[in-house]
Amino acid sequence: MSSWKILLSDYGIIFILMGLIIFFSVLTIEKQNIIGADAGIFLAEEVTQSGRQGKILLVTSESLDDQDLSQAFKANLGSQYEIIVIDKGPPATRNQIERDIENGDVPQMIVTSTKVYRWLLFQDFPNHFPELSGVPLINQQTSKGSNFLKRENLLNVADQIAVIAIMAIGMTMVIITGGIDLSVGSLVAFSAVLITKLIQGYFGAEAATEFEMVLAGFITVVMCGLIGLLSGVLSTYFRIPSFIVTLSMMLIASGLAYTISEGQSIYHVPDNFVWLGRGRIGGIPVSVIIMIILYVTANILMTKMVFGRYVYATGGNKIAARLSGVPINKIVTIVFTICGLLAGVGGIILASQLNSGSPTYGLAYELYVIAAVVIGGTSLMGGEGKIWGTLIGAFIIGVIQNGMNLIGIESYTQKVILGILILMALIVEKARKRS
Amino acid sequence: MDKVSLELGRGEILGLIGENGAGKSTLIKVLAGVHKPDSGRIIYGETEISIPNPSFAKKHGIGIIYQELNIIPGLAVQDNLFLGSESDLGLIKGEKEKNKARKILDTLGANFKLSQNCSELSIAQQQLVEIAKSLLIDINVLVMDEPTASLTGHDVKHLFKVIKKLVSEGLSVIYVSHKLEEIEELADRVFIMRDGKHISTKDKNDFTRNQMIEEMVGRKLESEFPNSVSEPGETLLKVEHLSYKKIISDISFLVKRGEIVGIAGLVGAGRTELVRLIAGAEEPTGGSIAINGKIAVIKCPADAMLKGIGHIPEDRKDQGLILEQSVLENFSLINLRSHSSYGWVWNTKLEKKLGDYKKQLSIKYSGSQQKIKNLSGGNQQKVVIAKWLERSCDLFIFDEPTRGIDVGAKYEIYELMMMLLQKGKSILMVSSELPELLGISNRIIVMKEGQLVGQFDDLTGVSQEDVMQLCF
Repeated sequence: MSSWKILLSDYGIIFILMGLIIFFSVLTIEKQNIIGADAGIFLAEEVTQSGRQGKILLVTSESLDDQDLSQAFKANLGSQYEIIVIDKGPPATRNQIERDIENGDVPQMIVTSTKVYRWLLFQDFPNHFPELSGVPLINQQTSKGSNFLKRENLLNVADQIAVIAIMAIGMTMVIITGGIDLSVGSLVAFSAVLITKLIQGYFGAEAATEFEMVLAGFITVVMCGLIGLLSGVLSTYFRIPSFIVTLSMMLIASGLAYTISEGQSIYHVPDNFVWLGRGRIGGIPVSVIIMIILYVTANILMTKMVFGRYVYATGGNKIAARLSGVPINKIVTIVFTICGLLAGVGGIILASQLNSGSPTYGLAYELYVIAAVVIGGTSLMGGEGKIWGTLIGAFIIGVIQNGMNLIGIESYTQKVILGILILMALIVEKARKRS
Repeated sequence: MDKVSLELGRGEILGLIGENGAGKSTLIKVLAGVHKPDSGRIIYGETEISIPNPSFAKKHGIGIIYQELNIIPGLAVQDNLFLGSESDLGLIKGEKEKNKARKILDTLGANFKLSQNCSELSIAQQQLVEIAKSLLIDINVLVMDEPTASLTGHDVKHLFKVIKKLVSEGLSVIYVSHKLEEIEELADRVFIMRDGKHISTKDKNDFTRNQMIEEMVGRKLESEFPNSVSEPGETLLKVEHLSYKKIISDISFLVKRGEIVGIAGLVGAGRTELVRLIAGAEEPTGGSIAINGKIAVIKCPADAMLKGIGHIPEDRKDQGLILEQSVLENFSLINLRSHSSYGWVWNTKLEKKLGDYKKQLSIKYSGSQQKIKNLSGGNQQKVVIAKWLERSCDLFIFDEPTRGIDVGAKYEIYELMMMLLQKGKSILMVSSELPELLGISNRIIVMKEGQLVGQFDDLTGVSQEDVMQLCF
């Protein structure tokens, strides 16, 4: 098999994701207002195509977008045009036009931004200036485009799925060893409540410094890691099936979250607490950056390092792995610990996104996380699976949710459709694997 | 399978032999209705039939007993017997059926109750259940695929008695086996396949064993076993008073450098358990193991590996390999530590090493990324040996080294073992095949019920019967 064929069979799921993206892109196509520099370029093209030359009157507002517009407009028109820019409001515009008419020096074209076009002056233009009936008024600044494919929306998809995707890394490892972790959803609530409670109760609430917030985050993640460690120890050294162990942990973590928060939401956190969840670096959400870093690290760990080989071997055949000297109990314990740690990270990001902590967070997240892992091609039997597959799986869920929001499907119906789509994705995947 | 014609008379036993991949299993599956033939026809009695599915085969009196038994361990004997043939309401059959089942079990010489749980039965007993299951529905043809793979002497004898009795009552049997001495004892005619084709069918008496092997393999064979050339050196492994729960008690023996020590005994005598203790799969409850004169504390397989002990387990598929992983991954698993730095695996280096062994041991696979489950048994075993060789072990523990491996490849495995000896390695081997034990071991120890009952230091003139007598 050539290498691209292997790639195809390994990552066939990527085509399902692309299909969904095309589907929602097409469904959300509608008229788009173009603004800023794009609008300037668009208008300049209109002017050039009209074939007229000479004096052009460009009317804009003082907004930043319109300043970009006029700059781009000027940059994209040739020197054969004389461009007069007015950005001082309706009275100044009226004065300018009247003066031009008096001087007999009427412009060849009048170009406006969308904002300006709404002025009464232009809405009733022919009546106001019958002298200018032959002068075209250009304001067409819309084009067809997809709401889904907008840069902002795409970042939004990544941002919204980041928490699930980060948790799914740990879940992938656990499932590859042949286990399952049902406690991650409750760990999110526990983590969100714990960090906000620590900040509120011990680090001066709204007055907490950045260092104190980092410290609170560190303690929270370690606590979640310890719960994961406990799950690992119980399911290996005590030989209780991980399904049962983590089911109990789910109850325990959820109960702890309610106890710590006394069933209330915790809001008393500093303003910059939201940086992690809503902040951006170079235009990209911080949560997405964290997600990418974690995925790259996990992928290296699982494909290039001894640890990863041991994880796959443990899940592939526990007995053979043990007889080959793989410390299977240690590996499974570490993997559960990682899963706990990452659920902790997810909880902190969620708390930051929502600027508060509440024991109701993370409800049913374990199911979305498991769905992402399984859609990504990881076998629940263990031994098989890919970290990148899981990322794609998470994005499939994210795209479906976001797309349904955009086309206005009600949230209850969304759940039904999401369930059906997940099943369909798995059926397609199985059929592809068989062929 | 390519234009195979097979004829089976009433009350006849046809021995079906051939190397792995010769097409025996495919032939069986066509008869069972699992595979549909592309061309050709099946004539059953007087009429031509086609067998669309397994239940059709069953209804028309063709019973198949596969190598892997289809017994559900958690169910009672009677529930297993009637599984799939319960009445429409899903109810278990009544007294009449039970009586019939009892009668059949009695004719088979079964010494267990209908209500007994199958998990308490030995493999041999489970096999009787499987046979009884076929007989319950009045069969004319019984196909048996390597029924003795996990049986030892006594049970095999009993099974043969049962088969002969059934045949005398008019049953026709197709008997598939790698063990030629069984074919010689049991079959009326021998049907040989190679590469999906029918090679020859002859009366048993017209074949010598070597002829059979030559026709199966397609070339001349010098002998069944290579000559041992090594001279045993100093003591490598010394086991003293080793005990494990109630399974192994007070066993002492030693293995010298450059020799093969064979362990004989019946299934359940504790042979596998004994070598598992040495390999660290289980922790001994008493006694000591010394390597090179130093006491070695072995609590887990990793400990044993550090002491230079390599373990090639009895059940390759369940214990030796990770079937879903590639040849390279299986080869690498125990060698990751020595081929990595700071946890980073040096894959190209491992791949190169594997390439070396591929040449040296003439392992056949298409690429290092090929899944190991797609290799033949012999080649799988070679990969297992290669991974331990790379680990530079001193003592190789082979548990049933040639199980499920066809005749041609067996010889290669034996040659590999000789090569290990020449390199100064030692081998401790468990085998249920006495000819193999006698053919390649330097010395043999015999176990019975967890104890050491005998030892042959010089094998010249020792016969299979001599060893067998100690086993019982």
